[in-house]
Amino acid sequence: MRDYILRRLLMLIPILLGISVCVFTIMQLVPGNVVNGILGIEQTPELRAIWEKKLGLDQPPLIQYFRWMGNVLRGDFGESFRTGAQVFPEIISRFTITAELALLSCLTSLIIAIPLGIVSALKRNRPVDKVVRVAALMGVSMPSFASATLIILFLSKAFGYFTPVKYVSLIQNPGTNLEIMILPALILGTTMAGSVMRMTRSSILEVMRQDFIKAVRAKGAPERITIFRHALKNGCIPIITLVGMQMGGLLGGTVVIEQIFSIPGLGQYVLTGISQRDYPVVQGCVLFIAFIYVIINLFVDIIYTYVDPRIQYA
Amino acid sequence: MDHLLDICGLRIETRRGGGKAMLLDKVDLSVKKGQSFGIVGESGCGKSITANALMQLLPYPLRVSDGTARYQSLNGEKELLSLPAEEIRGLRGREIAMIFQEPMTSLDPIFTVEYQMFEALSFHNKRIGKREMHERALEMLRSVKIPRPEQTLRSYPHLISGGQLQRVMIAMAMLNNPRLLIADEPTTALDVTIQAQILELMNGLKAANGTSIIMITHDLGVIAETCEEVAVFYAGQVVEQAPAAELFHNTAHPYTEGLLRAVTSLDGDRADMGRSTSQSEAEAPHQNELYTIPGMVPPGGEWSSGCRFRDRCDRAAPRCAEALPALCEIAPGHLCRCFRTGEEVEAR
Repeated sequence: MRDYILRRLLMLIPILLGISVCVFTIMQLVPGNVVNGILGIEQTPELRAIWEKKLGLDQPPLIQYFRWMGNVLRGDFGESFRTGAQVFPEIISRFTITAELALLSCLTSLIIAIPLGIVSALKRNRPVDKVVRVAALMGVSMPSFASATLIILFLSKAFGYFTPVKYVSLIQNPGTNLEIMILPALILGTTMAGSVMRMTRSSILEVMRQDFIKAVRAKGAPERITIFRHALKNGCIPIITLVGMQMGGLLGGTVVIEQIFSIPGLGQYVLTGISQRDYPVVQGCVLFIAFIYVIINLFVDIIYTYVDPRIQYA
Repeated sequence: MDHLLDICGLRIETRRGGGKAMLLDKVDLSVKKGQSFGIVGESGCGKSITANALMQLLPYPLRVSDGTARYQSLNGEKELLSLPAEEIRGLRGREIAMIFQEPMTSLDPIFTVEYQMFEALSFHNKRIGKREMHERALEMLRSVKIPRPEQTLRSYPHLISGGQLQRVMIAMAMLNNPRLLIADEPTTALDVTIQAQILELMNGLKAANGTSIIMITHDLGVIAETCEEVAVFYAGQVVEQAPAAELFHNTAHPYTEGLLRAVTSLDGDRADMGRSTSQSEAEAPHQNELYTIPGMVPPGGEWSSGCRFRDRCDRAAPRCAEALPALCEIAPGHLCRCFRTGEEVEAR
């Protein structure tokens, strides 16, 4: 097992190298230049040259890449072209915000989806099942930015709610923080819940057809043990896979929701970085998100072995 | 001997294409205390669903549409088919245990054998301690002759062979010393050599504990080795029922005869189960060719009026198409559903 984890971590090296090349190339190909943004309309060729020299943009791209990569390998993600602030601490502090949002969203979706999925499977083809399935389909097909905007509009009209202007961290004030996070988490969570619920339903149905469920019942198992201990635990691998993938997606992809609710997460940081051609910010963020994604997948693979003893990595 | 279980007029139906299809039609069976009762028939004849119905384990959309199953439990008579969920749950695994055809898929793959054996005990005894459960599980594994019981307890099912797993299943079923053991094709998925061992084991347990057994199988050899009383099922009905010896020696129904002729012995001849079959020998083109009953079992629920076996019967008469023969007593304790042995017509 330890060897397996080690090998998976070693695989991070080629993955991250490949991603770094990709993101660097793409940023180079994007037209526009950070210096334009910094200098605005008052730029002169001389000023441009000074700034480009200062940011190292006068070097050939290959040199730029190796200089950046070399620094990254030493743990230095560089400074933002625009603000001059260190990129890495900024990523970490914003990542905690995004991670909180992602975790809350996952939690919401599991709380909604697992019970509904089970009920839907057990009451297959009855009215409850049909209602749940239609609701799930709506959840899946409704884009979260649309529902988010509608909900904010509704809340502001009906209750005078407005999206918080200033973000408060969990440590500063847990209550206020949750107040800020709960709505976006609910919106992301319900969107996720649709697919998780569908997966739960089909997975439970699949397991309930198995011989051992009948055998468990024949032993005299109470129905709740049959369902939660035997059916759900056997059926949860595809659910874990799906939630793991969605979790990874959320960490890099809550951009829109973060914008709508003005939450200073990682997504917002990347977005600003891209629009300002702030190379170190974008490259650092993408590299970090890819790293987290791989780690989550590894984590999911390790969870499998705890759920199903037949899965073993050598 | 007292009766332990009386099944009366059992009907099972399923929904199909908007309509209903009858899968089991008016089955009457009685199992006595300490008796081995065999149910034999081809796939789809209704033998397994009969067993599942007794435990209220019929898969959706199958359901019992008529009939009763009176069972003499330790706390008086119970009607199994209409028993409330909580009461039938209390009987399952404690008074009535079941073992299944596929031992490889009948254990939950993600729990250890020990955990699953503990469940069988703790479902029916909330106060039982871990140590006592461990002792009882170990003792039971020894009594079914598992070679390394301690190691088996700690194992997950996928690490254990099919034959050993069926022993584990039997041990698990016997943990609460049930009064009735329903064995649904317990040897079908196993090697022939293992089959004999499992049957011997079941015979031994029955002798030691006085457990009644309902043995469901398609193999008359299994019946011959284990059962005292046999019911032959065809297309959702009992077509012949008799004590095992009587059935093998004075076979009355053409279908039972066909089943017997289809049994082969190891030297390639037809096994005659101690019965001379001069008539069938004359018909068989080659002595060594495996006999099969011509035609196929009609699919469940799609039965014509008249005798359901007549399309495959080599002695069918015009009368067989007109009416369904009743199950008549042709000798003491020997019932047969055929116009060749009884004139009576089944009342609809």
